[in-house]
Amino acid sequence: MAIQPVKGLWWNEPLHRMELIWIFIAFLWGVVMFSAMIYWHIAGQQNLSNEAYRIDPEVFAAKAEAMTEQYQIGEEGDTGVPVVHPPPGSDVYMIARLWEWWPVLEFEKGQSYRLHLSSMDWQHGFSLQPVNINVQVHPNYDLVLTITPDEAGEYTVVCNEFCGIGHHTMVGKIRVVEKQ
Amino acid sequence: MSAGALEGALALPEEKYRVCPDTGLRVYAKAETLIKANAVVAVVFLAVGGLFGLLVALTRWPAVHLLPAEWFYTVLTAHGAAVLLFWVIFFEMAILYFASAVLLNCRLATPKFAWFGFILMVVGSLMATVAVLQGESSVMFTSYVPMKAAPHFYLGLILFAVGALVGCIVFFGTLVIAKEEKTYEGSVPLVTFGAITAAIIAVFTIASGAIILVPTFLWSVGYISNIDTLTYKLVWWAMGHSSQQINVSAHVAVWYAIAALVLGAKPLSEKVSRTAFLLYILFLQLASAHHLLAEPGISSEWKVFNTSYAIYLAVLGSMIHGMSLPGAIEAAQRRRGFNKGIFGWLRQAPWGNPAFSGMFMSLVLFGFLGGISGVVLGTEQINLLMHNTLYVPGHFHATVVAGTTLAFMAITYLVIPLIFRREVIWPAVARWQPYIFGIGVAGISLFMMGAGTLGVARRHWDITFSDSIFTFDYPGTAFLMMGLNGISAILAAIGGLMYVVVVVGSILFGKVRDEAAVKANPIVAPGGAVSAYGSEGTLKLPGTIVLVSVFFMAFVLYYFINWKFLSEVWPLS
Repeated sequence: MAIQPVKGLWWNEPLHRMELIWIFIAFLWGVVMFSAMIYWHIAGQQNLSNEAYRIDPEVFAAKAEAMTEQYQIGEEGDTGVPVVHPPPGSDVYMIARLWEWWPVLEFEKGQSYRLHLSSMDWQHGFSLQPVNINVQVHPNYDLVLTITPDEAGEYTVVCNEFCGIGHHTMVGKIRVVEKQ
Repeated sequence: MSAGALEGALALPEEKYRVCPDTGLRVYAKAETLIKANAVVAVVFLAVGGLFGLLVALTRWPAVHLLPAEWFYTVLTAHGAAVLLFWVIFFEMAILYFASAVLLNCRLATPKFAWFGFILMVVGSLMATVAVLQGESSVMFTSYVPMKAAPHFYLGLILFAVGALVGCIVFFGTLVIAKEEKTYEGSVPLVTFGAITAAIIAVFTIASGAIILVPTFLWSVGYISNIDTLTYKLVWWAMGHSSQQINVSAHVAVWYAIAALVLGAKPLSEKVSRTAFLLYILFLQLASAHHLLAEPGISSEWKVFNTSYAIYLAVLGSMIHGMSLPGAIEAAQRRRGFNKGIFGWLRQAPWGNPAFSGMFMSLVLFGFLGGISGVVLGTEQINLLMHNTLYVPGHFHATVVAGTTLAFMAITYLVIPLIFRREVIWPAVARWQPYIFGIGVAGISLFMMGAGTLGVARRHWDITFSDSIFTFDYPGTAFLMMGLNGISAILAAIGGLMYVVVVVGSILFGKVRDEAAVKANPIVAPGGAVSAYGSEGTLKLPGTIVLVSVFFMAFVLYYFINWKFLSEVWPLS
């Protein structure tokens, strides 16, 4: 009875064979799952970068604005969010702030970009749909992801970290076009 | 118990107790009153928090979209605080006092100090709830900085935590008294061992909470200028996730207690079950990392080691309990003669007893839905697919609601006759309650996980983005999932209401459980309480082997499917 005190040397009792086998299988499965994460770092294509820097929001914003000024190709939406087509392989910046992702980015399919993400105010959640890549965006931290879009189309950045009353209106865009 | 008079003379004069006619255990009046008080406040918070939960689900059902945005975020914050913190922790205080004072035949240490803790908890929980409902603290359960809540929100949580710490100290003190006054022989019962596990993790949890909430409170009143967002998350989750591990330890202890009381079940091996609890103490706390897998500035080595509880050693503990519990039930049933075929013991289990049916559903749903999804979600790279999507609440509703809450509801059907000394009113309602609640919660968990797999964001008022400058449509299936989630939430709310009605009704109007009622309607399995300890190792348990094999195959299959999903997203490094 599990609700009664246990007398005697219970720690010396032999184990049920079924229990031993199950413990062995469960432990082995743990080792497999542990190894799977390490294996994916070696052979897998999708790993979250360890590259991040401390940065002042103003500094980050200045970089994003400089990039936008240099590579802007148009505007979108009622508020005229700039659309930026940065050169493949370059450092690309996306600002998260209450309540927008700025600017709209245009990438070329099959090219790699160093995408920098940081917040100007509270925490935000970068949720790229419908690919379903979800990472957290902090103020004062510059997260650098090297991404390689492998399919052309229009992608949406939804904010999935609660950031106040306008949270559900915080939507941005990333476009992927054929290689130019 | 014939020695009652003698024992009464040995106890301190002011300590009144009665001998429980069901179990033969001594129940001290002061411990009993504290158990009752904590359980009652817990149920009140469950009722209020459950209602908030229903409002959240109905708002997230796009066709209904009940609340306006501002209310939605307020109610969502209140829902988390009321049920995830207040309901479970008040109930856990009752469990701690039960597992120490009652199971060990002992008076409670420093009852006045315990009341002081209780009052702190009540004041703190009310203060935080009021702060949220005033509307200036809609910061969600997690209250991530630099989003700021009103100072009394943090202060309320701090008072609540200090009160809970007092409860843990009283619990440990009672263990010392029981040992000192030799109120039991041998080692503490397994259920008490599980409660000790919960209390040790609780101390770690509350310490982490103090480390982060005290500075955050000072920041909210202006004495500290800045709190680092990553540090906050690391330490906050050492509280936030560990408090869920208190729940796991507590509800596993409750599973063992119900199996013992209803069926006279003994653990297959005390050594194995206790080692499994020990693994919880040693490794569960690493799980703060589950919430940091998608964060910048943390190395993969740290993430891999911590998110896996050092090679999944805490998962090993749960998998051991997952075999040991059905094994104990099967062994007890076979001993009672239910030996037909592989599953005869299961078919002839007391499915009409809400304590048993609730416990068994809690076990199955926690393992299959909560456990498997938790490991997958906590895999470093796979987390990228699910971080902050509805998959996350889907997972933890399977663990905390289908697992913890359902287990606590189940044991309530034993607490009412054993502690409140009342018969459960409306047995038919009680009989159906665990099924309706369990199926509802299973639906909530599955459909939120489904929507999350399709990318739907959690804590989001409008997934049609009607006020945004850019448009986006989640897949149609996601909308279907949100509708089914709403329907499941209604079902769960009905089950929750049935629970509250039966509990409150029984406590207020239930027939007093006298000697005649004890004979007519025994709570404790015949021969159960009097059977001596002994290993069940000689029995064959084919049913349990089939059950754990099915579980293992589901686990492996679902795990690798998610790696396949991951391999299909954009390469990133």
